[in-house]
Amino acid sequence: MAAKSSGQLPVAKAINESLRASLEADPKVLVMGEDVGKLGGVFRVTDGLQKDFGEDRVIDTPLAESGIVGTAIGLALRGYRPVVEIQFDGFVFPAYDQIVTQLAKMHARALGKVKMPVVIRIPYGGGIGAVEHHSESPEALFAHVAGLKCVSPSNANDAYWMMRQAIESDDPVIFFEPKRRYWDKGVVDTSAIPAPLHEAHVARPGTDLTLAAYGPMVKTCLEAAAAAEEEGRSLEVVDLRSMSPIDFDTVQRSVEKTGRLVVVHEAPVFYGSGAEIAARITERCFYHLESPVLRVGGFHAPYPPARLEEEYLPGLDRVLDAVDRSLAY
Amino acid sequence: MTVESTAARGTSRSSSGKRTAAAKTAAKKAPAKKSASRAKRGSAPAQPELVQLLTPEGERVEHPDYAIDLKPEELRGLYRDMVLTRRFDSEATSLQRQGELGLWASLLGQEAAQIGSGRALRDDDYVFPTYREHGVAWCKGVDPANLLGMFRGVNNGGWDPNSNNFHLYTIVIGSQALHATGYAMGVTKDGADSAVVAYFGDGASSQGDVAEAFTFAAVYNAPVVFFCQNNQWAISEPTEKQSRVPIYQRAAGFGFPGVRVDGNDVLAVLAVTRAALEHARSGQGPMLVEAFTYRMGAHTTSDDPTRYRADDERVAWEAKDPILRLRTYLENEGLADEAFFAGLEKESEELGVSVREKIRTMPDPDTMAIFENVYADGHALIDEERAQFAEYLASFADADETAGTAGRGH
Repeated sequence: MAAKSSGQLPVAKAINESLRASLEADPKVLVMGEDVGKLGGVFRVTDGLQKDFGEDRVIDTPLAESGIVGTAIGLALRGYRPVVEIQFDGFVFPAYDQIVTQLAKMHARALGKVKMPVVIRIPYGGGIGAVEHHSESPEALFAHVAGLKCVSPSNANDAYWMMRQAIESDDPVIFFEPKRRYWDKGVVDTSAIPAPLHEAHVARPGTDLTLAAYGPMVKTCLEAAAAAEEEGRSLEVVDLRSMSPIDFDTVQRSVEKTGRLVVVHEAPVFYGSGAEIAARITERCFYHLESPVLRVGGFHAPYPPARLEEEYLPGLDRVLDAVDRSLAY
Repeated sequence: MTVESTAARGTSRSSSGKRTAAAKTAAKKAPAKKSASRAKRGSAPAQPELVQLLTPEGERVEHPDYAIDLKPEELRGLYRDMVLTRRFDSEATSLQRQGELGLWASLLGQEAAQIGSGRALRDDDYVFPTYREHGVAWCKGVDPANLLGMFRGVNNGGWDPNSNNFHLYTIVIGSQALHATGYAMGVTKDGADSAVVAYFGDGASSQGDVAEAFTFAAVYNAPVVFFCQNNQWAISEPTEKQSRVPIYQRAAGFGFPGVRVDGNDVLAVLAVTRAALEHARSGQGPMLVEAFTYRMGAHTTSDDPTRYRADDERVAWEAKDPILRLRTYLENEGLADEAFFAGLEKESEELGVSVREKIRTMPDPDTMAIFENVYADGHALIDEERAQFAEYLASFADADETAGTAGRGH
């Protein structure tokens, strides 16, 4: 492919370009979901794809999530590489059985004889003033399941490349799209050699404390680090990019340097990915830690109505509050 | 107990002269076709009509919409398939009783539904089974011993689905109907004329996944045959706890044909499944076949049917035994001689011996198989846990040597 930079693209458009490139590169790639065709998806992520690749490859499905994932499994068994869209995070649960019970286990059940190259795209997270079931962060419910991989890009370039890599993966990948960041622009370098899909990235180097996040919270953490710098604190921000597997080596290296870790995600902290990271990093870095690993995230309550989400979601102040508490040890 | 003796037992029962509803010969027209059968046959049946070509008494009857004309060797072949399938099944039940299997789901009574449909398939057709399709597996050439692995507990599936176009057994009820539909959508995209069969039961007909499969298959005109073995019981729940209409009638609401066939009549099942497969591969989309049959045994070896159903029901269905009626037909028509039956008895014994030997020598998997094939492209956590567990196991190496169990893989 000719080297080219797409310049500044919003995250949603970067995913669109990624899907387009994947559809062009491999005739077995399919895009399927509710309203992904003529409408281009409710977030326009699949805009124009059906027009260019036809109804056979960009498929408007019946409104049945289990059916979408279940038939995607059958298509994968036939040799296709379906990329399915679940319209919103809170709508994935009718498909949860097919994902957990069938998709995740098929490769092992067949003793490795079949592969399940299925990508499940889920626009997730809050911050857009949506109604109930449109703002959830269910990633831990999938990261907990062996056989699945879970990733979430935080910026346009990652959105492009991680989607390409997810589609090329022979394992099922749950691709969590940070919907509040869909409109954030960034440079997409389509000629770059991307980092491995499940490798974390130090988004901002620092020396005093590590902030670890993924998806929509990376931007929040970068803003927090910028604010902390004004107070003379040097925060390192690790963009995990992948929630399963988690690149603990990169986090470990960072924590061995800073001695402090705060994990930030929108999902509830109880049994969340922050809990897993805290446990693992405590095991790995016990003698390097100057303070307990702290977590900032959602509460053990249903996602609140939109008028309360500003208070509910981790923002700059809540992240910096945790930073203060960590540094106070 | 041999298969032949089971059939003989059935003979004495059927001679009581009682006829049950399902034994009434009644015609069910294929929805796409016109049929004058009702008028010709006089009184309306009390039960929904079902396609039958061989009565429980072994009498060959005709049906206006579904004809079949088989050579004597083909008829003997169907008989052989059913006898050997039953033998394999009873052997597996015995092996469970002997502790060689953790569980077994017997197909006793459903041989005609499975052999009739299985023998309608072409090699390139693809099957998505439940966990009871031992007869269909037989028709697709799957090594019977392979079916036992998951019931013995040495794997959770255990064969390459693509080597025989026979997907892994699916335990969660109805899930595979969607896989079959997706696979069939892929067949269409490939421009192939293969067909796909989704097997499921009367209980599964209540599952949302089955309803969604019907919807997707209809909307995309997918070449899939939904083959429901209505064996009357979903563990302890009778079919009336699943549906207020005969299951085959559900198809109409989704916009494709449904037909009920006598599931204990191998000829009718073969004819109807052939027609349904042809319907699918000729671009006419899905079809639902309800094979009306009976689960003669327990749901599985862990089940106790005496808690929920009367024995006289089972006795009544014994008179409709699928193997017995074909044997009667073969004998009455002089299509098979004593040498055939004797040869089959011998083959049946040999199959039993072979299955017993294979299962008793089936090795346990290596401990580290826990970590195998979880991912196709690997996963850092699995690598870490595998290494840690290997190290943990290795810490017992000295003790193992002392106990004389070294070399067992850990």
